[in-house]
Amino acid sequence: MIKVGEYASLTGQEASFGQMSHHGTELAMDELNARGGVLGKKLALLTEDNQSKQGESKTCADKLISRDGVIALLGEASSGRSLEAAPICQEEKIPMIAPSSVDPKVTETGNYIFRVCFISSFQAKVMAKFALGTLKLKNVAMLTDVGLPYSVGMAEYFKPAFLAGGGKIIAEQNYTRGSTDFRAQLTAIRAAKPEGIFVPGYYTEAGLICRQAKELGMNVPIFGGDGWESAKLVEIGGEAVEGTFFSTHFSPKQKSAAVQEFTKKFTDRYKVEPDAMAALGYDSALLLADAIKRAGTTDGPKLREALAATKDFPGITGSITIDKDRNASKPAVILEVKGGKFEYLETINP
Amino acid sequence: MTEFLQQLINGLSLGAVYALLALGYTMVYGILRFINFAHCDVFMVGAFVGYYAVTPFTLSVATIGLSLPVNLHLGTHSVASGVLVLLIAMAFCALLGILIERLAYRPLRQRSKLTVLITAIGVSLLLENVGQLLFTADPKPFPELFPVREFSAAGLNVSTNQLLVIGVSALLLLGLQFIVLKTKMGTAMRAVSFNHVASSLVGINNDRVISFTFGLGSALAAAGGILYAMNYPSIEPYMGILPGLKAFVAAVLGGIGNIPGAALGGVLLGLIETFVNGSHYSTYTDGIAFAVLILILLFRPAGLLGKVEVEKV
Repeated sequence: MIKVGEYASLTGQEASFGQMSHHGTELAMDELNARGGVLGKKLALLTEDNQSKQGESKTCADKLISRDGVIALLGEASSGRSLEAAPICQEEKIPMIAPSSVDPKVTETGNYIFRVCFISSFQAKVMAKFALGTLKLKNVAMLTDVGLPYSVGMAEYFKPAFLAGGGKIIAEQNYTRGSTDFRAQLTAIRAAKPEGIFVPGYYTEAGLICRQAKELGMNVPIFGGDGWESAKLVEIGGEAVEGTFFSTHFSPKQKSAAVQEFTKKFTDRYKVEPDAMAALGYDSALLLADAIKRAGTTDGPKLREALAATKDFPGITGSITIDKDRNASKPAVILEVKGGKFEYLETINP
Repeated sequence: MTEFLQQLINGLSLGAVYALLALGYTMVYGILRFINFAHCDVFMVGAFVGYYAVTPFTLSVATIGLSLPVNLHLGTHSVASGVLVLLIAMAFCALLGILIERLAYRPLRQRSKLTVLITAIGVSLLLENVGQLLFTADPKPFPELFPVREFSAAGLNVSTNQLLVIGVSALLLLGLQFIVLKTKMGTAMRAVSFNHVASSLVGINNDRVISFTFGLGSALAAAGGILYAMNYPSIEPYMGILPGLKAFVAAVLGGIGNIPGAALGGVLLGLIETFVNGSHYSTYTDGIAFAVLILILLFRPAGLLGKVEVEKV
């Protein structure tokens, strides 16, 4: 039995991230076991719920490593929560693969921490290019969640990229995760009359922000990053999120045969369409299994070597090559919210 | 100027909700001299009653194999059903408040104030965690109870929801003033808060008055919960904590035990919070609310409208 640990936000504020990611990972694990497991042994997935609470991820990682003796840890979607667990994995020399944390600081923690997705600096550049090129916005306002390392990182990289393209940032406002009232910040933004608003936060606040912006009479395009990726965005934002855009890692509407096959398998089993979190959860588990096979062992240091040497691994979110910073260089997709659904607009390669 | 006026509207609608919540704290303190920490969770329950009144749900008890789908068929987007949902939530929470007082606070009335305070914290935790068990912790989108229209004039945008909050709060406040000043029960409430020994001596049933006060305060909290959820349509079991703390600050700001004070404190705090939120210091918004608490306790502990009581010995 090869024990693989997973920590995710299965309940709580960002339950959508954790549940989708867990479904993807679970699907991959079951497929691997159906094919006979890895190195002749079956894989056991041990999942801990961090309830979207701060500090809990550290406890989950402790439990999985010390009490359950996992050989690797998969998690998390939120950069802030990955940053909590990463130091423990690094210290215990247990490789950690973050499926969808995009903040660069996560892998900077140490050489045992990997990710299978792109990083904020790339994603923010993609959105800056999209805002300038496709939406043709000459100036924007930014509404950042200062309580999230993810959001702060995205804002940090978006600003220079947008300015370099000739754009102007004419208003910058902040909020903290968990807030429900953004009217004051939006009123201040409205006074600056921006052509668009960049909201690099999570879907729970993004939905409310779009609603309140509409109520204040702002009809400019609002866009964000992969933190928006959740079916709950439409539930919370309602009609106000129609015509908004966000970047993410995957769309079930991409035309490749692999994506369509995965989408069908996932939808049949879980009765919902997979999103980026699900797809990356799936890829992170498959990559781990592949690395175990290449290393020929589950021993920490050797497994780490194999992960670091990953080249052109065929993930359904794209080809995964782990670079020297233990990040993956992957294409981003841009989605638009239309008719309550996420329409696939375009793929942007690095 | 437009921005200032817009922030004023935003601040008033937020302040109105704080005022409704603060009234509950202040009334209970006035009569029993204790802070009902569970008040903010009654606010949360009110919002959830509003949610489930219009959303079909399943009542399931696994141990007895019960799974009952419930659909109250109350519509949304209509004034009539909106008012009905509001009244249902207020009634439900009034009963809840009375129940809490009966079970948790009345048995401890002869004990020290500290005991009741800790019990109140316990009730608060109980409500929050039972809420998390029953409703799950992920935020639920609150439906539109009343038909929503947005008005825009001279660069200002007001939603009917905001106007409703201000309107309903003002109405409830006037109603409360009427009850407290012009009815027999209100006079009894004021008597009990003045001197509870003397009030029982003149024939007032203290227990009834206290139950009524809790019921009234809880009904206002429920109204506050629904109005809050209408404007910030994302509800979860812990949603009451921060507004509750701010409403408590508002009650102290206006003078704890003083009803107009609670209203004034609520509106003031809502305005302060909104203006700070719209400035460059928005990350300090919550901190500013508590700074206000510290300042008022340092310089004018009786609150803005409170009377400084001198104890003669």
